[in-house]
Amino acid sequence: MVESKHKWKAWLYLSPAIILLLVFTVWPIINTVRMAFLENYNSMGAVGGKIYAFGIGNFKQVLDYKLFLNCLGNTMLLTVLTVPLSTILALLIAVCLNAIKPLQRILQTIFFLPYVTNSIAIGMVFAAMFNMVGSAFGGENEIVVTAGIINNVIEFFGGEAVNWINAGSTYAANITVMVVYIVWNALPFKILILLGGLQSINKQYYDAARVDGTRRSRVFTKITVPLLSPMLAYVVITGFIGGFKEYSSIVGIFGEHMGPAGDAKRLNTMVGFIYDSLSTQQGRASAAALILFGIIFVVTMINLYVSKKKTHY
Amino acid sequence: MKILLQNLTKIFPGRGKKNTQEVIAVNDFTFEIPDGKLVGLLGPSGCGKSTTLYMISGLQKPSGGKIFFGEDDVTELSAENRGVGLVFQNYALYPHMTVKQNILFPLQNLRGEDKLPKDKMIERAYYAAKLVQIDDLMDRKPSELSGGQQQRVAIARALVKMPKVLLLDEPLSNLDARLRLQTREEIRRIQKDTGITTIFVTHDQEEAMSISDLIVVMKLGVVQQIGKPQDVYDDPTNLFVAKFLGTPPINVFTGKVSGGKLFIGDAPVLDVPGVEDREVTVGIRPEGFVLDENGPLVCGLNSVEVMGRDVSVVCRHENAVSPVIRAIIDADNKVAAGETVRYTLKPHKVFLFSKEDENRIRF
Repeated sequence: MVESKHKWKAWLYLSPAIILLLVFTVWPIINTVRMAFLENYNSMGAVGGKIYAFGIGNFKQVLDYKLFLNCLGNTMLLTVLTVPLSTILALLIAVCLNAIKPLQRILQTIFFLPYVTNSIAIGMVFAAMFNMVGSAFGGENEIVVTAGIINNVIEFFGGEAVNWINAGSTYAANITVMVVYIVWNALPFKILILLGGLQSINKQYYDAARVDGTRRSRVFTKITVPLLSPMLAYVVITGFIGGFKEYSSIVGIFGEHMGPAGDAKRLNTMVGFIYDSLSTQQGRASAAALILFGIIFVVTMINLYVSKKKTHY
Repeated sequence: MKILLQNLTKIFPGRGKKNTQEVIAVNDFTFEIPDGKLVGLLGPSGCGKSTTLYMISGLQKPSGGKIFFGEDDVTELSAENRGVGLVFQNYALYPHMTVKQNILFPLQNLRGEDKLPKDKMIERAYYAAKLVQIDDLMDRKPSELSGGQQQRVAIARALVKMPKVLLLDEPLSNLDARLRLQTREEIRRIQKDTGITTIFVTHDQEEAMSISDLIVVMKLGVVQQIGKPQDVYDDPTNLFVAKFLGTPPINVFTGKVSGGKLFIGDAPVLDVPGVEDREVTVGIRPEGFVLDENGPLVCGLNSVEVMGRDVSVVCRHENAVSPVIRAIIDADNKVAAGETVRYTLKPHKVFLFSKEDENRIRF
């Protein structure tokens, strides 16, 4: 404990961090709440001296807005699909990586590469891979020419090219591409965490299991997974939070229209909705942000509750 | 079931550029462990005793030699299929399972015709738990147990599938002194009750001596001596074994044999008929000293420690290898205060060793 006459020194040393936090974290949070509860709040108007009434109109507006439910649905769907998928894949890859000794370092590096690459840039590469040229202009003499490597592979194996992301593509195709991209993007971090967890498990548990004649599948389900459960819980919870904030991955593939050509905003998400409202309707954006916060909060609480029961620390 | 180790050898290859030297952990170990006996592998750390144990369990593969369980060659059999029970030094209890789940785990692994119905499994688990007296702790997690209790759970887990061989790796090293005494008796009792051939590893000679039927003393991967604890203590084959067994340790002197008499310094302390004249290393057990006013061995007296039943006389001698020597004598004998103390020696507590190779010279 610091003696009281030196307390001011402690505050002095803490002050840069505290000031930064106050200005850039605490005040924006308070301000967001304030704006959300002022009817039709608009910052231009506020600068002009307009007084806004207190009320929950912004929230009503958000919920009434047809596109909002669309955004919420997209966000939920992507999260529910990608979090379990990426977690299971990351777990399997981490277990495999942990099992092999030669080349482990190199493979670890390769698996980690997506993490240090710009997600918009990767999105553009993915867009090129899933691209399809020609089919969109389906005139009578139009020859369908595929350009993306994915469709090349499909055709090589005798399949029919799929319109993944271009104009006229189906919602299911769009979501498939998004799931592949988001899962791929989410893997490195999860693998890193899970591999670290695996390497910290005492090898003697595995020796004990071997002496006890345990099958490999049972070792995995009864020993590896439970002992890894704190890391799994962490990965799932951060995965859900990240999933609800999905935005840049869709921009990466579909551009800021948030949808295939001719159907803009089809894949818009919660964060996208907030951004869209931000330039003109700050009140509505704030209300949407609070709603998003509420959803993440509830989901995280459920996650924590479940993991407390299932996790061994 | 008897276990036969035949020329068992384990070589760890040198790793990396800096450390190219290979290590011979166990060197040409041949030994038949009789059925139903408790055998202690004893030696200082790094002597290969744990490696031997792990080779018997199947967790490590021998570099050479064979292992037989009964008549079956199990050298190539993996740990999963050997059916041994192994208790690890730090128990390796699964931390996420209750005591009951831990004990049940090996049974749930059984497949095919060995598979037991559920109630039979529970019955067996409780039987094993009763054997080690933890049947009232079945629903606790390992972290909620004391070291001694965890140890018992580990033994119960190893016993529950009724292994043909029970292996214990330093089973008492994590327990406090009192618990250690109690637990080693317990291990002895359980072993007697079940009749399972048991091998345990320890660096504590007292532990090994007190409960083993047979002890194997090892040094740097080479077996030094095998025998009943008392026999090994009374008749060590070399200086290492003599020094390793016994508390307080044996007192070592430099001496010489001349004309059938053993000299320590200039004093002829003992008749050693049949030994040629030579320089020798002399080992004298603490209990080999007898107070005698006219005794030939004259030592400087440091102090007298009364320990109830016995008296430990701490003294010094210029020909002793260590700065102090300890003699244990009966408390009935009063040690006269003074500068020196004189002893005669009990011949069967005095061992002569060659100065060159430290092997025993018998007389």
